[in-house]
Amino acid sequence: MATYRELLQQVKGEIDEIDAPDARARHAADVTLFLDIREQDEWDEGAIPGAVHVPRGQLESRIEGLVPDRSREIVVLCAGGSRSAFAARSLADLGYENVSSLAGGFTDWKRNGFPIELPRTLSPKQRSRYSRHLLIPEVGEAGQQRLLDSRVLLIGAGGLGSPASLYLAAAGVGTIGIVDADVVDDSNLQRQIVHSTERLGEPKALSAKRTIEALNPDVEVKAYEERLTSENVERILADGWDVIVDGADNFPTRYLVNDASVWHGIPVVHGSIYRFEGQATVFKPRLPGSAAGEADGARAEEGGPCYRCLFPSPPPPELAPSCAEGGVLGVLPGIIGSLQANETLKLLLGVGDTLEGRLLLFDALGTTFDEVSVKRDPTCPVCGDRPEITEYIDYVEFCQPSASQSADGARR
Amino acid sequence: MTSVRIPPTLRNEVGGERQVEASGASVREVLEDLARRYPALESQLFEDGELAPFVNVYLGGEDVRTLDGLETSVDGQQLILLPAMAGGSRELAFN
Repeated sequence: MATYRELLQQVKGEIDEIDAPDARARHAADVTLFLDIREQDEWDEGAIPGAVHVPRGQLESRIEGLVPDRSREIVVLCAGGSRSAFAARSLADLGYENVSSLAGGFTDWKRNGFPIELPRTLSPKQRSRYSRHLLIPEVGEAGQQRLLDSRVLLIGAGGLGSPASLYLAAAGVGTIGIVDADVVDDSNLQRQIVHSTERLGEPKALSAKRTIEALNPDVEVKAYEERLTSENVERILADGWDVIVDGADNFPTRYLVNDASVWHGIPVVHGSIYRFEGQATVFKPRLPGSAAGEADGARAEEGGPCYRCLFPSPPPPELAPSCAEGGVLGVLPGIIGSLQANETLKLLLGVGDTLEGRLLLFDALGTTFDEVSVKRDPTCPVCGDRPEITEYIDYVEFCQPSASQSADGARR
Repeated sequence: MTSVRIPPTLRNEVGGERQVEASGASVREVLEDLARRYPALESQLFEDGELAPFVNVYLGGEDVRTLDGLETSVDGQQLILLPAMAGGSRELAFN
């Protein structure tokens, strides 16, 4: 039987150790993964910049998800170098081939005056609320922080905006903007689950704000009780948004959202529904400035298609019945709006493959998903190589040439 | 015969069918055959003899405009007709 001291000596003899200056050199080279296995409260008080934190007790269960590549160079550290020695041996037992323990640990690193940072940390309440996210390597604490720092603008708090806003809020997207001029009507409640019977007559933007803030107090909701128009779009976008979720119910707004998003370089997560069928895609137009800049090859990254590449013009009004005329299965916007939330979260986290360049077609009757490809149109009047439309147009006239006059007078 | 998927907004024009068969070697021939049998579709598919700008036609998942347009050979693959849907809960008016 060995004492602790004997066991530690034995383990240290079986692993590689490096000292702080050596670790500093590797840190500067920026290829080594620094794995900090201290407890949460130790980590909260300071850490090596860029280090990944996994408390010792969770190391074996989480390391494969975090570091699938077993040949990756890892420096494991604790406060003084003892816990990390045992951890290094455990990692070797798991097949990690390139593991060193930082002798002297974080204490020695700090004593040498090497760089440290105060990690931005979640509160204990947040850690509990988002625990299922924290367990996913693609999200984790850094990803959750990113969501909390993110700003998503929802066009419409209706069928699509309801599930999208609820899931984005639950996921901890820190700021959610909602543009909707409508009030809650009893015919909405068959599908618009962010509202409720007691909210009848209440502005939808405010009703959604109440529901969302009750669901998650981390989320700040900016309610815009107005319809998006050429007159207010710049003011609303000036509040700064990372992603726009388009759940608009009419073509003029769709084209307006598109043009504004192209000019501002904001990705749009698109969804639309009718009866039993829905569509979803992601428009990620190229960054502003890069359109004219064929010469500056450094930033010549070609953007994805925009809404106008997919549908250069709307159908004539008589061929485009709305859900108010044609109806919609209540759960359909739940499915499409949830897909929009999924795409939005991936865009914010920078993980996975989005629907950019693909239009997903869902048929609720057959329960089938199909997809068709969507390509950027170099002749697109807005995002093409030689854009003809460079400022807001009369979108009502564009979408409904014959009816624009009456639309002006007889609204609502 | 080529099977053509009919979007929900055009189903009234084809007697409520979600999918119909039509014959022809090219996209144009298939759509013209459709329009002959369902005359109400004509104005929703064609504008001045060309594909109307507000409807997309996909063959094997690709927009035929990125292939050979109406002259694209259908080759037994399924066609999907897809007009834009605004998809919300209100009238089309920009109100």
